[in-house]
Amino acid sequence: ADYFREGSNDSEDSELRFATCQSLWKQVKLETEQIEEELNKQLFDNLVSFLRRSHSEFQEKTTEWTRRMKSREIPTAALVLGVNVTDHDLTFRSLSEVLQNNVTPYVALLQAKDCPGIKNLMQKLLGQLMNCSVDVDSSEEEDYVEVSQNRIRCSMTSLISWYESVTKKTDSETPSKKRTSRHWQSPPVVVIFKDMESFTTKVLQDFIVISSQHICELPLVLIFGIATSPMIIHSLLPHSVSSMLCIELFQSLSCKEHLSTIIDKVLLTTQFPLKLSEKVLQVLINIFLYHDFSVQNFIKGFQLCIVEHFYSQPLSVLCCQLKEAKKRINSLSHNQCENIRRLPSFRRYVERQISEKQIALLTTDNFLKEIVQKLLEDLNVYHENYFPVLRCLHVFTCSLPKYPLGKQIRELHCACLENRVWETEEYESFLQLARMLNKSDLVTMLQKCVEILVSSPGKEFDKIVEKLKEFLTQFQKLEEACQERDESVSSQKELQKKTDLYHLQKTLLELKESRRSKKLTKFEMLRFEVVDYIDSLVRNYLVPADHKTLHEIVYFSTASVLREHLNAAPRIALHTALNNPYSYLKSQALKSDGGSISNKAPDICIVYKLHLECGRLINLVDWLEAFSTVVMAVEGPNADAASSDQVDDIIHARFIRAVSELELLGFIKPSKQKTDHVARLTWGGC
Amino acid sequence: MSQPERKGGGALEVKFVPDEEVLKHIADDAGIKVRKDKTQLAVHVKRFVKKLETISDDETQEFLEEKNYVAALGICAQDSMGNGSSVGGGEVYSFQTPKRSNKMAELASELAQTPGQSVAPDHSKCPEKTAKTPQSSSIYATSSDAFFVCLLQSKKNDFVSTTPYRLRKRLTAPDAHLESESEYSASCSEEDEDEEAQKEVSTVLSSQKTPAKTKVAGTPPSRKKITKKKEDKMSNLVEEYFEAHSSSKVLTSDRTLQKLRKRRLNQQTLHDLLKKSPLAYAAEIKELNQQYESLFSKWMLQLHLGFNIVLYGLGSKHDLLEKFRTSMLQDSVHLVVNGYFPSITVRSILNSITEEVLDHIGTFRSPLDQLEFIMKRFKEDSSLELYVLIHNLDSQMLRGERSQQILAQLSSLPSVYLIASIDHINAPLMWDQAKQSLYNWLWYETTTFSPYVEETSYENSLLVQQSGSLALSSLTHVLRSLTLNARGIFRLLAQYQLENKDNPSYPGLSFQDFYQQCREAFLVNSDLTLRAQLTEFRDHKLIRTKRGADGVEYLLIPVDDSTLTDFLEKEDEDV
Repeated sequence: ADYFREGSNDSEDSELRFATCQSLWKQVKLETEQIEEELNKQLFDNLVSFLRRSHSEFQEKTTEWTRRMKSREIPTAALVLGVNVTDHDLTFRSLSEVLQNNVTPYVALLQAKDCPGIKNLMQKLLGQLMNCSVDVDSSEEEDYVEVSQNRIRCSMTSLISWYESVTKKTDSETPSKKRTSRHWQSPPVVVIFKDMESFTTKVLQDFIVISSQHICELPLVLIFGIATSPMIIHSLLPHSVSSMLCIELFQSLSCKEHLSTIIDKVLLTTQFPLKLSEKVLQVLINIFLYHDFSVQNFIKGFQLCIVEHFYSQPLSVLCCQLKEAKKRINSLSHNQCENIRRLPSFRRYVERQISEKQIALLTTDNFLKEIVQKLLEDLNVYHENYFPVLRCLHVFTCSLPKYPLGKQIRELHCACLENRVWETEEYESFLQLARMLNKSDLVTMLQKCVEILVSSPGKEFDKIVEKLKEFLTQFQKLEEACQERDESVSSQKELQKKTDLYHLQKTLLELKESRRSKKLTKFEMLRFEVVDYIDSLVRNYLVPADHKTLHEIVYFSTASVLREHLNAAPRIALHTALNNPYSYLKSQALKSDGGSISNKAPDICIVYKLHLECGRLINLVDWLEAFSTVVMAVEGPNADAASSDQVDDIIHARFIRAVSELELLGFIKPSKQKTDHVARLTWGGC
Repeated sequence: MSQPERKGGGALEVKFVPDEEVLKHIADDAGIKVRKDKTQLAVHVKRFVKKLETISDDETQEFLEEKNYVAALGICAQDSMGNGSSVGGGEVYSFQTPKRSNKMAELASELAQTPGQSVAPDHSKCPEKTAKTPQSSSIYATSSDAFFVCLLQSKKNDFVSTTPYRLRKRLTAPDAHLESESEYSASCSEEDEDEEAQKEVSTVLSSQKTPAKTKVAGTPPSRKKITKKKEDKMSNLVEEYFEAHSSSKVLTSDRTLQKLRKRRLNQQTLHDLLKKSPLAYAAEIKELNQQYESLFSKWMLQLHLGFNIVLYGLGSKHDLLEKFRTSMLQDSVHLVVNGYFPSITVRSILNSITEEVLDHIGTFRSPLDQLEFIMKRFKEDSSLELYVLIHNLDSQMLRGERSQQILAQLSSLPSVYLIASIDHINAPLMWDQAKQSLYNWLWYETTTFSPYVEETSYENSLLVQQSGSLALSSLTHVLRSLTLNARGIFRLLAQYQLENKDNPSYPGLSFQDFYQQCREAFLVNSDLTLRAQLTEFRDHKLIRTKRGADGVEYLLIPVDDSTLTDFLEKEDEDV
């Protein structure tokens, strides 16, 4: 916290800010973890039931089991997790936790990097399993620690004998204790391969073959974590090995769904006071979509947003729940009031007021505080209304063809934040498409909207709900009317059947005429009304946030900071520094236009620039001479002949330094193809 | 006269000979005639332009694509931080453009704003292969060259011959002392010669204009003339064959540093010299540094929040990190790792953690075990905190996959705070997704422009005479302890090696030949004595033996030629 205070340029309320920041982050973290847990629950339940099934067979020794034992099949769960490898760790950790709590104490997590050979694998496996047993029965600790430390023989036989002794001991010694614990009797041994793809094939094969020999004595269950596709099992393992596995496939939730849930639950609620502006959210989502598909990284990015916001914005002290914020407003210092006055959105607000009020706002702190309280309340109400209406709009947009406003609610959210959504072309096309919806769709959408609005806490929604319900009843009435009309139409058709061709033609023409002339049916009228009403809702409630006064307090908007720290481009930085040193060194001598570089640039820039002109190999002598030409020109004619030797040496030394710096940076490397040549490593060199 | 002239390429290549200077000079000397020449050139200039267009089309295409991607990333123009980050990928990663293939010297002279200084010969090469028929291009090339030659002939009466080769010969004769009679790699003769011809024309002209400019003198070896003559006789067919199969040939001049007659600097003198030269833009650099120093407390905050910090950008970040250490970490346990140090290993890092920080005495079977131990200790004791500063996380010794994995795992500990710097352009490639998430980096751009003094001092630079003095003294020392005969044997070998120093494929002296020579000099009487002597040399690492393809043993002195020459001179003095 000390660093927080020292660093911020404005030390106002820094401690309070830091505390708020920490508590907010804790809340967010808790929330995201809960979300993840819920999302994984289904998967884990399935896995547990799979284990139970495979295990009950072992216990009861059914015919099915004996049949399997004959073929020596190991029950295996293939867990397809997706490419976001970074998230897997967390999933596996919670999985092993779940298993240890509910199923068996004997869970071993194996990673490919720990197991370069079968020996290491067995070692790791035994080590983990035997430590597990220590956790369960602490009375036997010494016994097992000894074993695991010695690691005399890490073989399957020792594993089996260990397993037998453990199960026997617990059975005989403390049967009462065993009953109370949630573990099953003679629990299975679960071995989880975290990253199945990166294991060497041989190790996997050996392990499977060996363990299949012992499956009768040891209830082993394997779980493979797979990042790509289940086909990988068959491509990694030959048929003779994979036939020893009895594989069942489990699909984890896709990371995209995970992300949208997180966005839905964390960003699109009023629960957390901090909001992200459109650009920031865009950056985070783009990192997710274009780089890693990692939800963990997304959350990390969000954490950075929180920290940055509270660190850089002194007024972020007000970024908390409304009640708390009101209290804090009253204790604001004069400096903070000045800070508020400096906010651009607040200035705009002041300019809209009448002149007396303007003066009062700018001079009286107490009056300002009152107003700020009111404004914050407004902002809160705005958010309360914004999100339900956004969801309603999403209900409409997500089912339209071509998704004019985006398929995901986050896209819609971004569009709404960016600018007035009703002024965009996409919104126009949305309205047009919405006017062509059929009735059943429209009704279900309206029903969904009603549900959303009813469940939301906003106060102003009663009227809207009324209105929507009215629409629904009107539709219902229409339906009845339609049915009646259908009957009449059918009778009409019967009539037509009997008429001759001429009459038919006539009536058809009439019908056509009438269709053209008859502007709109009742249904169409109603549909227009509904769409217009939705439109008015959007215009009312989905105002972009930066039109709101005091939005700076709760919105984090410096996307550039975020991108710089999370998705940096070191190569671009190097390139700019070398090509255009002026962008860093603000010296007039370096200022130049266009792509050219001044000859007064730092040595390394000149050397770099010269080397760009070369092909694959660079002759050092030529390079040196070119360099000295440039440098000499700078030194000018005053370098007289007497000291030229001296100067030459210095230039030589400078050249050497620049070249070795380029080598360090990885632009060139020494080459043995020709004497005194270096090879270029970048951009066209090879 | 900025029209670039396309010149005859090999079977599949078109080379851009950046001979604006040639044109420049011709323009000066024979302005009118060149204008005539332009019309003739127009034909293939047009073609050239066409090709240029296609290239630039491709490029813009690429650029656009990249721009899309960049835009998608949110790198938009509206960014307030225009500081380098807004540079699009297209600008940075543009491929070699025809403009680029202008020669270095030209750029140098352009930079120096002293035109006409053709100090360095051209060695430009355009990597793009074109689908042009080799036939036509070569015809164009020769015709244009011939035209040039004719042009010059009409201007200068002393040129009689019409073939470029003879012209070159004529030209080399009067300017024999001129250094830049560049010996090109003899991989492709015809165009090399053409090029040389033009080159020489230009140098002749330039030397006429500024005759005092020839600073470096060199004598064209006679050997070269012979080979050239031979090449000249070679049939065109053979040449074309080799041209077609020498796609990897590079056109650079054959000059070496040794011909420069400039003594190689050793580390110490280099250091002293650099100290003398003032650091450019010291004030600006200081300003930059101050800017970064204001971030220190922010770094501390972020380190404590579970992030790790990586610094990138041009310039040494050693001083910056050092300052960070002295200003922020005085009272806390911290470990500084000099990654650029050539003998640093992950193991030594882990050792210093276990021994110095955790006070653990004992060894570990593998780094992984050690890491496990450290992680356990840090998890047990939450009061334990450690700051790790790594200069050059991307150095040779640490960039390996395993070491990065270990460091990443170490840094993922919540009470280990890592702050590191990277310099290599490809450094981020070290980390895959898993490692990156372990590291949990926050990137900070700290472009300091300060010289990499510490970092490069351990590097074996080509230009720095690293071990020269050492080798020489060790040679003399060892040799002094030997018998007179033994010294004689070594001298023989050294002399033979120096005689063959121009032969790049010199395998060494075969044992039999050597024995013969030694016998003739009355140095040994049997091959057994010679063998015993050689074993002694080998034990002192004075010679190296290797077996050739035919199973014959070859002897080499693994010392560079200049040291060897020095050594022989010294020996001569002693005797």
